[in-house]
Amino acid sequence: MTTPSQTVGPFFGYALPYEAGPEVVPGWRPDAIRVRGRVLDGAGEPVPDALLEIWQADENGRVPRSLGGLVRAGHDFSGFGRCATDSDGGFWFGTVKPGAVGDAAPYIAVLVFARGLLKPVFTRLYFPEDAAAHAHDPLLGAVPDERRATLIAEREGERRYRFDVHLQGERETVFLGF
Amino acid sequence: MTHPPYLYPAYKSTVLRAPAQELIMPKLGPDSIEATAPVFGHQELGTRDFDLTTQHAGEPLGERITVTGRVLDGAGRPVRNTLVEVWQANASGRYAHLGDVHPAPLDPNFTGAGRCLTDDEGRFRFITIKPGAYPWGNHHNAWRPAHIHFSIFGTAFTQRLVTQMYFPGDPLFAYDPIFQSIPDQRDREKLIARFDMDLTRPEWALGYAWDIVLGDTPMEA
Repeated sequence: MTTPSQTVGPFFGYALPYEAGPEVVPGWRPDAIRVRGRVLDGAGEPVPDALLEIWQADENGRVPRSLGGLVRAGHDFSGFGRCATDSDGGFWFGTVKPGAVGDAAPYIAVLVFARGLLKPVFTRLYFPEDAAAHAHDPLLGAVPDERRATLIAEREGERRYRFDVHLQGERETVFLGF
Repeated sequence: MTHPPYLYPAYKSTVLRAPAQELIMPKLGPDSIEATAPVFGHQELGTRDFDLTTQHAGEPLGERITVTGRVLDGAGRPVRNTLVEVWQANASGRYAHLGDVHPAPLDPNFTGAGRCLTDDEGRFRFITIKPGAYPWGNHHNAWRPAHIHFSIFGTAFTQRLVTQMYFPGDPLFAYDPIFQSIPDQRDREKLIARFDMDLTRPEWALGYAWDIVLGDTPMEA
């Protein structure tokens, strides 16, 4: 029944990204965080034609139901962001740290599309300061110990995080199947 | 398996980009963020975003077509108010993208990007021109069958779908590793629109029909 997936291809750059895409909340918000990272292939080379999307709860752990994912009004929280990678495979998002939902530690859902990906990869970005909550997170508990770190962002400064996505190779990011 | 595998060596770009490790299957509750999806509103879109033929001063070159269909869930229910985005090459097979070096003409009257929200019946409609086939560097004499890229959100983030709609009777299907990467021929055929005389408007445009069926949400699976 289901319609099959096909690759996003290399030519989405004039159609899917939009200016406000990476900035889920304005940078002047005192609780704004910034996440940056790179998408890398199995040879460690940057993937310059990937598209990342994030989807997350608000700071109180509520699922956003506000519009504004395409046109940011600045006062509501849509929870959705989109960023295409640059020539160095780099991407960034400005958002807020989500509150915990249910029995999971706080995380941001991350989706990556690219030329060469016939279907997207799903992953999650967890936060390094939540180690205590990670010990009880159902998804992290299902991940082999040696791979768990691929899901946890690195702290780069005050409210700044780094999160690289390795599509393949020794440090391959943990990807989720649904 | 409906979807293609990650690794399909005939499509060369998969070789270094396909994940090799086993996927982890999370158990999602109804409150898990992946069991929900962002919502978009009409006020965020332009009223003519669904019409790719009126974005410039003049009419684009090519064969004017309409593409109409419904977004449905696995049980056949309409997926309402969901964002559908499209992008495509022009009639000559050239994208309005800097990275496209195919020596075919750009059309100053055609960008090739559009979007809309589905209505209460899950229906979308685009007015555009039929895209051309184009060469690509995957292998010697590689040509992509004519296609329109589609991006659909659905009601759960796990349903997020990006795919390509093809046109009936394209002679390039047999040679295209992206189309052939779908394991089952019956599944491949789900990506081929149907020409529809009832949707064809006299003296104006050919009509194509194509429905999109999203996977189950985590709560339905």
